[in-house]
Amino acid sequence: MAESNVKVLGTWASPFVMRVKIALHLKSVRYEDVEEDLLAPKSELLLKSNPVYKKIPVFFHAHNPICESLIILQYIDEVWTTSASSILPSDPYERSQSRFWAAYVDDKFFPALRRLLIGATEEDKKAALAEVVEGTVVLEGAFGELSKGKAFFGGDNIGFVDIALGSLLGWIEVIGKQCETKLVSEAKTPRLVQWADCFSAHEAVKDVLPDVDKLADFGLKLRAKILKALAPTN
Amino acid sequence: MEDEVVLLDFWPSSFAMRVKIALGEKGIKYKCKQEDLFNKSTLLLEMNPIHKKIPVLIHNGKPISESLIILQYIDQVWNRKSPLLPSDPYQRSQALFWADYIDKKIYGIGRRVWMGKEDQEEAKEELMQCLKTLERELGDKLYFGGQNIGVVDVALVPFTTWFYSYETCGNFSIEAGCPKLVAWAKRCKENYRSVSEALPHPLQIYEYVMELKKRLGL
Repeated sequence: MAESNVKVLGTWASPFVMRVKIALHLKSVRYEDVEEDLLAPKSELLLKSNPVYKKIPVFFHAHNPICESLIILQYIDEVWTTSASSILPSDPYERSQSRFWAAYVDDKFFPALRRLLIGATEEDKKAALAEVVEGTVVLEGAFGELSKGKAFFGGDNIGFVDIALGSLLGWIEVIGKQCETKLVSEAKTPRLVQWADCFSAHEAVKDVLPDVDKLADFGLKLRAKILKALAPTN
Repeated sequence: MEDEVVLLDFWPSSFAMRVKIALGEKGIKYKCKQEDLFNKSTLLLEMNPIHKKIPVLIHNGKPISESLIILQYIDQVWNRKSPLLPSDPYQRSQALFWADYIDKKIYGIGRRVWMGKEDQEEAKEELMQCLKTLERELGDKLYFGGQNIGVVDVALVPFTTWFYSYETCGNFSIEAGCPKLVAWAKRCKENYRSVSEALPHPLQIYEYVMELKKRLGL
């Protein structure tokens, strides 16, 4: 279904942008893909459409900008209701649990992953690694609860938590390779390993998740940029 | 079968106040259990094992954590009166954006203000910037929700009972920088019983902050 006035301002490497694209693919909504270069100064469009955070993704629908990936996902789910499956469950309690776990990914898991990527010292990296691994174990438990024996957190179909966590899989692999560890391991999180394969292979996902080598290369450049910005100036 | 609603609470918590306002607005009867955050109950640890934090809403035995998630749950289940969220998806996305902004900023920055460490001046400036941003968003509306309070009002108004503490610890005036916001807070308390009943007096919060600072050795 072709949609006019649907635009995604983002970058191929951002998991938060990937979330929006996956949701749009699930709903079969065509969109214009506008690339923002994360290694260059921020564009006029970005600064104008997200003055509060100046971050991607920004989702445009009929010229209205919406920011924050999880809020965008909820918007997409509410507007495009005629196709395929819902991203969020309709039952209020299940909905609250999906929101809780997506928030966990954003508030606990992702920051630990980020600390592992940019960790300057061995000590920092060790602490971050422990947190990330602990996080995967917690998420393995959440998968058990939410999936009810099916393939995804959302059950038979990809849902809110699948998208929130699954969008990080590329980075999880890149950062894992950097640390020479499998962050989502067969030993500790067998169900997540299986889920990751199912998720990555899904029609709506496979063209959105980036090539791991390309992402690794980008990761090095991004890490350098972040560390430079954090370094004390003389 | 009657609904059983329990709230795990901590009276100075702005996050818990949000839930109390929502429950009040919807006319929901509930049991309030005070938690001692330095000595968490088995019930709290059982109902929120991941974060071990309040508020937790327990509805017919099932726990919901994270105040904004609780508000959305309450709004969806008790949907006959006082809607907290707009029905239009775009308006709803904007309301959620601002509620999330309040979550990301006010508590953390406010804490740095009342703690009074080396970063206090920086924190004061950041706080005023955030409050000014919110004041701009309010504009000429009566409430963030328009003619009636909505999720953004509910998310923000509890923090206003902490303003006196921020101001006294930081030696500055929030009203001087954000008169419209302070007027909005007064309006919420005057026109909404659910708000005036949920918010402790600012002096009680200040007393609590002083005790907490002593406990933390500040």
